[in-house]
Amino acid sequence: MEMVRVTNLKKKYGNFTAVDDISFDIKKGEIFGFLGPNGAGKTSTINMIIGLSRPTAGDIAVNGIDVRKQTKKAQAIMGIVADESNLYNEMNGFDNLCFCAALYGIRKEEREPKARQLLEQFRLTDAGNRPYKAYSKGMRRKLTIAAALIHSPRILFLDEPTTGIDVESSRYIRDMIVDLKKQGTTIFLTTHYIEEAQRICDRIAFIANGRIVATGTVPELMESVKHGHTIHFITDEITECLADEVQAHFRGSNVTIRSDRSLVMASEQRIPLLPVMAFFRDKGIEVYEAEELRPSLEDVFVKLTGIESSMLGKEKANTTS
Amino acid sequence: MKSWIAFWNILKKDIKNYYLKPPNISWGIIFPLSWTLMQLIRSPGKNVLELLPGLIAMSVLFGTTSMLAVTITFERSGRSFERLLLAPISLSTMVLAKMAGTIVFGIFNAFVPVIFASFFINLSAVKWGALLPAVFLIAITSSLMGLLIAVSAEQVFEAQTFSNFFRFPMLFLCGLFIPISSLPAFLRPVSYCLPLTYGTDILKGAIIGTNTLSPALCFGLLLVFSTILFLICRYNINRKWIL
Repeated sequence: MEMVRVTNLKKKYGNFTAVDDISFDIKKGEIFGFLGPNGAGKTSTINMIIGLSRPTAGDIAVNGIDVRKQTKKAQAIMGIVADESNLYNEMNGFDNLCFCAALYGIRKEEREPKARQLLEQFRLTDAGNRPYKAYSKGMRRKLTIAAALIHSPRILFLDEPTTGIDVESSRYIRDMIVDLKKQGTTIFLTTHYIEEAQRICDRIAFIANGRIVATGTVPELMESVKHGHTIHFITDEITECLADEVQAHFRGSNVTIRSDRSLVMASEQRIPLLPVMAFFRDKGIEVYEAEELRPSLEDVFVKLTGIESSMLGKEKANTTS
Repeated sequence: MKSWIAFWNILKKDIKNYYLKPPNISWGIIFPLSWTLMQLIRSPGKNVLELLPGLIAMSVLFGTTSMLAVTITFERSGRSFERLLLAPISLSTMVLAKMAGTIVFGIFNAFVPVIFASFFINLSAVKWGALLPAVFLIAITSSLMGLLIAVSAEQVFEAQTFSNFFRFPMLFLCGLFIPISSLPAFLRPVSYCLPLTYGTDILKGAIIGTNTLSPALCFGLLLVFSTILFLICRYNINRKWIL
């Protein structure tokens, strides 16, 4: 059963098309990653799903509720963490959480214990009485996520949750996301960090220029890019003519010597290991290690979107600064 | 019930975070007091009672229009306002909750000159039954005008500038300082399009008995202005803030 179903969604601002006819589903209880550079259409898509922006065309259903027709009903089961921590500077952590709970109609006798529990869960108990404006970036992010969880939402939207915060807080937030999934919460995560998406997402969609270019699990996305087979060998010694000898013996292979102790053998076909090992043994070369080299998710992203990884790196720096 | 919890907590938060801050309390007290003293110094022989309708109307107008515009623009620039738009409460509930704080602040402002005047003059002839609802309705219409400004402003300074653009012409056209009958003919229709004209007329009637229109008509028109302004605000918020 789908928690989110997006069908032919489109958003235009004047002549500019921010989101161009995209469709995807998010299954209940999964972590769905939405990956793309700035301006790709991630935030425009999220804003339409959460009811903060009106689609130009298309349909959105959250837990079977038509977001366009019953926006408030749909919002009641959503937890939303914007790309900026946006709580109230004048209020302390505890009061911020209680206020957010009150917006969902939770009574005082329920919201206060829940706020205390979340402060403890996010290791913010000691900071609970301090004003939000005195929090560090990491603490603000954690409190913003806690505020999104105060009404126990069925689906949590996280827009760049770990951008610009310290390593410890990032790690904590990632662990928390995985724990929430275990408890049955569906997560919609947008991120610039490919390795973060690869580590925690069940499925990922790549978005570029307002269009989804690929959707699938990490192995499916890897598989979608035809890459042939590459094996890296580490040996005791490698002579200069070895590359030509291997290529001549194993037709269709392409061999590159990386150092005096390692070489890489690539082929469109699978490379059977035993004949290669026997070849090396006959040459008096000891093989210590043989490792299949697979493309990273970043390689897949670059190949599918045509956007260089350096571009994502640049964006990370911009967002973090 | 859930909407009421949200409404009450938005109101409580705004009062605590904005209206009970020392600069606003001092503004709420000093501004009406300064106007009262200015008027007394300018016209030494004038009866304080005659000044009261103008002072009350100005205090409410200045207290409400800028406060709502500034607080909403401030929350929008920090994006905390998105929390209200994303909460499962109707837009009307949210708008009413935001307005409620400003209305309370405006009413508080209105009674500073009244309390001040009570030390100097006898207020027993004042028709409180007309004055209190008039202050309430002026506060509502002024808050809604502040909300209209908030929808158009992106920055706090814009909200303040737009507020002044509205308020000062209103003060001079509503019959407070210059009787509407003495205004140039082409400006008189504009005066009758301003809610403050009717609020001021009720106040004049309630305090010094010099109203020119029927109080029932004025109350009716203030209610009509409130409804129309509320619907325009709601429409504008829906159109401009939910893109």
